[in-house]
Amino acid sequence: MVLVTTPLSVWLVVTAVGAVSFVYRLSFFLLFGWLDSVPHRVQRPLEFVGPSVIAALVLPAVLVQGGSVSVFTPELAAALVAAVVAWRTENVAATVAVGMVVLWTVGWLA
Amino acid sequence: MSPRGALVDGAVDVAPASLSLGSIGVVVGITAVQVGLTSPQAVWMSLTVYNGLTQAAMLGLMGSHAPAVVVAVAGALVNLRLVMYSASLAPHVERLSLRERVPAAYLLVDVVYAVSIVAFETGRTDEPVPYYLGAAITTWCCWQVGTVLGLSAGTVVPPGLHLEFAIPLLFVALLVPLLDERPSLVAAGVGGVVAVLAAGLPFDAGLVVGTGLGVGAGLLAERWWSS
Repeated sequence: MVLVTTPLSVWLVVTAVGAVSFVYRLSFFLLFGWLDSVPHRVQRPLEFVGPSVIAALVLPAVLVQGGSVSVFTPELAAALVAAVVAWRTENVAATVAVGMVVLWTVGWLA
Repeated sequence: MSPRGALVDGAVDVAPASLSLGSIGVVVGITAVQVGLTSPQAVWMSLTVYNGLTQAAMLGLMGSHAPAVVVAVAGALVNLRLVMYSASLAPHVERLSLRERVPAAYLLVDVVYAVSIVAFETGRTDEPVPYYLGAAITTWCCWQVGTVLGLSAGTVVPPGLHLEFAIPLLFVALLVPLLDERPSLVAAGVGGVVAVLAAGLPFDAGLVVGTGLGVGAGLLAERWWSS
């Protein structure tokens, strides 16, 4: 198993994702003409990748601590408050700032 | 409208969103330092991947010592939405030559897409290419400056502040607005819960399994509610 801790693997992974991203960006700029829009069968799943993959990243980051699920943590409190701020304001900077303050406050009280 | 006027309009319209993106860049830059990337590596990432959400996802996984393949697959998945932006904008860049489409495509990110497509569809501009470039170049500069500022700030931030947690918070901020329809909510719920339950799987397989099942659940939910 190759961890992304060696300098070479960092360069390789970053370059690979950069190349893939560029192909995504260029895809329909080049295909347009042959293919006038994304086929419906491809477009619908694509729209669910965003919510699904972000939730699959964020929930374990908030709930799983040292290999097991923990609920009463400063991290969960911070994430819940941040979710409310995001919902009410849709402001990224405010969401991150309020979440960090909650994390520090609850961590300091606990 | 003159091309130059359209270029300025694009830059002005995107400015608030670009500045906000620049502040995300600062967070991403600080995190890159804390995860252990060197400055050249972090700058290379901002230049090639050039996407806040994707870079944050990759850095978060690198910080939790995920295998290289997992980081690469996660990056490729998170960035998939760029295909949709590319398809949606393609008719508006049709008059560019093939050689011009390459730099135009490179500059495509979320906020540039959002501002441009609104301007094109509401008729705010009749010069789509300069408008797009004005928005795109402004955004690119804000992102690069933001991450470099973060890289400098990252070396003086004490580690006890747990700033690495800014990444999950960033995801929360970006996820919540996506949950505007019930099928999206189902996709996110299933994706997240499966990823938590599968957290012990080798190779962080929970991320890919969770994403796949989440997408499937979203499609089923959509069919259910539309029938």
